[in-house]
Amino acid sequence: MTTAATVTEGTDSPFALSHLDALESEAVHIFREVAGEFERPVILFSGGKDSILMLHLALKAFAPAAVPFSLLHVDTGHNFPEVLAYRDRVVAEHGLRLHVASVQEYIDAGKLRERPDGLRNPLQTVPLTEGIQQHRFDAVFGGGRRDEEKARAKERVFSLRDEFSQWDPRRQRPELWQLYNGRHAPGEHVRVFPLSNWTELDVWQYIEREQIALPEIYFAHEREVFKRSGMWLTPGEWGGPKDTETVETRLVRYRTVGDMSCTGAVDSDATTLDAVITEIAASRLTERGATRADDKMSEAAMEDRKREGYF
Amino acid sequence: MTTSTNPSAEQLSATTLLRFATAGSVDDGKSTLVGRLLHDSKSIFTDQLEAVEQASIGRGQETPDLALLTDGLRAEREQGITIDVAYRYFATPRRRFILADTPGHVQYTRNMVTGASTAELAVVLVDARNGVVEQTRRHAAVAALLRVPHVVLAVNKMDLVDYAEPVFAAIAEEFTAYAASLGVPEITAIPISALAGDNVVEPSAHMDWYGGPTVLEHLETVPASHDLTGCKARFPVQYVIRPQTAEHPDYRGYAGQIASGALRVGEAVTVLPSGRTSTIAGIDVLGQSADIAWAPQSVTVRLTDDLDISRGDLIAPTAHAPAPTQDVLATVCHVADSALSVGQRVLLKHTTRTVKAIVKDIPSRLTLDDLSQHPAPGQLVANDIGRVVIRTAEPLALDAYADSRRTGSFLLIDPADGTTLAAGMAGDAFAATARTAAETDGTAPDETGWDF
Repeated sequence: MTTAATVTEGTDSPFALSHLDALESEAVHIFREVAGEFERPVILFSGGKDSILMLHLALKAFAPAAVPFSLLHVDTGHNFPEVLAYRDRVVAEHGLRLHVASVQEYIDAGKLRERPDGLRNPLQTVPLTEGIQQHRFDAVFGGGRRDEEKARAKERVFSLRDEFSQWDPRRQRPELWQLYNGRHAPGEHVRVFPLSNWTELDVWQYIEREQIALPEIYFAHEREVFKRSGMWLTPGEWGGPKDTETVETRLVRYRTVGDMSCTGAVDSDATTLDAVITEIAASRLTERGATRADDKMSEAAMEDRKREGYF
Repeated sequence: MTTSTNPSAEQLSATTLLRFATAGSVDDGKSTLVGRLLHDSKSIFTDQLEAVEQASIGRGQETPDLALLTDGLRAEREQGITIDVAYRYFATPRRRFILADTPGHVQYTRNMVTGASTAELAVVLVDARNGVVEQTRRHAAVAALLRVPHVVLAVNKMDLVDYAEPVFAAIAEEFTAYAASLGVPEITAIPISALAGDNVVEPSAHMDWYGGPTVLEHLETVPASHDLTGCKARFPVQYVIRPQTAEHPDYRGYAGQIASGALRVGEAVTVLPSGRTSTIAGIDVLGQSADIAWAPQSVTVRLTDDLDISRGDLIAPTAHAPAPTQDVLATVCHVADSALSVGQRVLLKHTTRTVKAIVKDIPSRLTLDDLSQHPAPGQLVANDIGRVVIRTAEPLALDAYADSRRTGSFLLIDPADGTTLAAGMAGDAFAATARTAAETDGTAPDETGWDF
């Protein structure tokens, strides 16, 4: 007989799934629940590894049919060109529909004001929530993982948001068994996190197993960078370096991919998936602790942003 | 083990996943136990620890308060209590773990129910100085009610009772008798000191008399999945896949996650509630064709006949198909702030099917402390556990919760605002009827038929 699961050895029964198979099966179940229960779902797609993983799982969940969701990219205007190129390539390859909510357009129209610290991540909330309202999306997939951050550890797989997209952590629905309750009133929507139970290491091990292509900036490369707040940032029109900051060329890679103004590179010589996995497993820093400026703003930075509608 | 200097090799070799829940009263040392499991498995990262140290200094505390690691919400940190379930992740060389960290307060029974609903193991903490108290019985009852397959009794703070064996033995005996009387199939009692680290990760040097595993050792070796050969297969249809493309003009696949048992190509199946029959023509496990697939794999099943099948239907082997019913007798844990009353119209979500329903009767409310039944309470309020009789508008292919946690469970939902009202378990409340400790012979009930 042929079997399509990795049967594990040891004390477990022959029917035990490997941890990656178990996580994959759970995520696929979540994608299909949303397809079955919602009218207008959308996948938040940034071109980062978590959203790439989400898309990969969605493609598997509905094969050989097409993914029944469109994509929404919240473009901060300060994205890495390699990531935008990857995004457009994937969209074309799978015949997907891409919506873009542009922070730059909001700033140009005077609807948002640039922050004095130049960070654009916090500015994404308004274009995101207005984009959701405008397209009347009722389910919005996010790549958030509970292992990322202590407020996210409290997040449900199905997370109801009110008509203002707000998250109220004290009024969350208990989530029992695998029975996800997606009922919502018109104007409300549900944020869905199929990767809730994945860790950063799981994500990388699965990417390796499935041989999923990633934007090249995830692998070590020579890059011009300068230091700000302890992080290696890439120079650019977004506002760096200042006169006091010096640019140097270093061998680096990115652990997370976000806005250039707040996403730092890490020193690394990991040029392959194997090497990246070894590096991640040995790291004593979380990916956000290592490379995200916006999470360091206060003890409850993520909770506060999530309350306002951030993903 | 976890003291290895090579964390990469250690975490990368882990192959299976165990979901477990912790339960304990406020001062039983649950945060310390969780903190030690995370810390000793190197799952606390430098930046997280620094954040905790900074926050602790900011509050004028001299030592880092590890509870700040787990209390993720503003309100929790302000009040210094855990008010909601959080999920945490750690790994050892042998296994990955998902820990449902549930609050211990009495008023949060619903949170323990939530954590236990997906757990394969529950750790119940007891303070060695206090022994089995009401809250312990409540935790044991919830674990029994939710049919968590493995229960660990962690007798904590052994350092405060001079690591005395008789103290541990008495507590273990009382707890085991009580839990066994509820039908908990497997109980492992471990004497620990979460603070001093005895028997949590490393064997204790203070308790030579204890020959069993440490908490972590037990977590690493307990079976994470069960032999499915005796379980009836259940396949709730989630979504129908019909590409209708040039490449796949006739493909019609039923997508879903196998809820229990195994499905085989060539097997005769019945579709419920219609009762139509067919044969499994093919199984696709996410892109790979297979002859057999089992719970909890997400698969796509193709049948030899073109039947009218949609989301909410259930595919089961014809030889073991459940009998659809519109009358549900169940135990529910009420999880909403508003009450559940006799005569109330609700929605019932069972697997992938949501139907209209009415609460016909609430025959009794259960007091978890002593398992006494209060007849005809009229309504259930938040954190109440009670028996209910529900009539559904359409037939459901429902199993007893004792036979399948997945196809025996359901939600009651408020049709007006979508609130989740109650967590339901069909059939008998406990695996065994409550007996007094003296009547219990101490042997665990047969595990046959339990399906996780």
